[in-house]
Amino acid sequence: MSLPDGVERRAFDGSEEEWLATQGEPAYGEPVADGWRRWNPNRSKLGAMFEHEMETGLAGGETVLYLGAANGTTVSHVADFAGPTYAVEFAPRPVRDLLDVAESRPRLFPLLKDARKPETYAHVVEADVDAVVQDVATRGQARVATENAEFLADDGRLVAAFKARSEDVTRDPADVFDDVLADLESAYEVLETQRLEPYHADHLGVVARPK
Amino acid sequence: MTQGWFASGDAEDVGALSASVREGSADAPADWPNEAVSAGFAESPDEYYDALHAATVAAARTEVRERERASDQQLVHAVRGVADLTDTVNELAERVAEWAGSLFDESGTGVEYAREVAARDPEDVTEERVVSLAERVRDLANERADLEAYVEEQARVVAPNLSMLAGPTLAAQLVEQAGGLESLAKMPSGTVQVLGAEDALFAHLRGHAPSPKHGVIYVHEYVRGTRPEERGSAARALAGKLSIAARIDHYAGDRRPELEDELDERIERIRSRGDE
Repeated sequence: MSLPDGVERRAFDGSEEEWLATQGEPAYGEPVADGWRRWNPNRSKLGAMFEHEMETGLAGGETVLYLGAANGTTVSHVADFAGPTYAVEFAPRPVRDLLDVAESRPRLFPLLKDARKPETYAHVVEADVDAVVQDVATRGQARVATENAEFLADDGRLVAAFKARSEDVTRDPADVFDDVLADLESAYEVLETQRLEPYHADHLGVVARPK
Repeated sequence: MTQGWFASGDAEDVGALSASVREGSADAPADWPNEAVSAGFAESPDEYYDALHAATVAAARTEVRERERASDQQLVHAVRGVADLTDTVNELAERVAEWAGSLFDESGTGVEYAREVAARDPEDVTEERVVSLAERVRDLANERADLEAYVEEQARVVAPNLSMLAGPTLAAQLVEQAGGLESLAKMPSGTVQVLGAEDALFAHLRGHAPSPKHGVIYVHEYVRGTRPEERGSAARALAGKLSIAARIDHYAGDRRPELEDELDERIERIRSRGDE
């Protein structure tokens, strides 16, 4: 698979090892070399999905709706390589950091909204986005994905990380993921799934397209 | 009715646009950039996105500030207010009961009786005074109920995870005992376990009492509802999860529903220990 334009493998701190990286203003104290910012897959589900060579359909320059932006670690890299990026996050404290990330990125739009209530941001987020990237740790993650399918273009992609422990800590993650995938069926055709170990325990990466 | 956030019109009026971002809604998304250009809101998609950036950043900044004003210090004041009101209400209610008992045929105790007295029609200047005093008790008791409701509501905003695990009232008390969410977050969980049991703790440290097993967390069902032999373990497990919840609330702020399941599971195991 190929990485999106604007995402490259680069070496940092004189070491041989190559890391994912994007070009932009440093956001959270990450190592920087020649204007490239290291993108650590241990801190980013989407980064881990790239490391696992999943076909995300992201090529660079697309319009993205990012659900669960948190303090903007991953979304800062997405905004570096994508086009207009809408970043939804519900908790006020992380949004304070997200605002710093957005200051230096004129096409990153922070939205302090609940991803379970798309009607509260449908007047802001445009229709037919190329990708919905989802990393929310609330119960009902599949429902968040299906309710936000309305934003996706017909040939768009859902690129989501599902966390088993957010649904039920007592159940076997594999069973939780089966249920999540079954719930996605109502709105999506699942193209690829991949467990995100060793970067993230008990997470499933999913790429899907709207039905 | 589906309208974009820019419907009010003026791309220069960031204040109005940011309010529209915060308060607006739509049934479904639409091609807003092109609609905005057709409507004359922006000359080009680029100009549209510039305006959108200004409006969303302003909206998020305002809302963060507003939601964070529901701060832990406000919660501390309110919890102490509830405690003061409780003391005052009880003391005055006792005075009313004693006084009214000397004037009227029926007698009673507590706030309920003070409410009855407050509802009377005074027949002379003395009755006027005792009825008036009873009215203050009634009003203060109502104020306490309102303040308690406020405490519960604020606790859920200030410390959502802690409130989920402890219930909003106990969460608020823990924040109050610690003097704030930050100090609670920085406490070792062993300290959280005995918060509110300082007298017993110092008696223990002076060497003439057993170590306290729990402080204010005693009111939690997981401590009180666990049989005495296992209560110390339950209190320790609960305090551990409450500490983690307080740290997440202070440092991260997002909701972690899985904490509740983890705690349930842990207590389940402790309670079933003696059964085997």
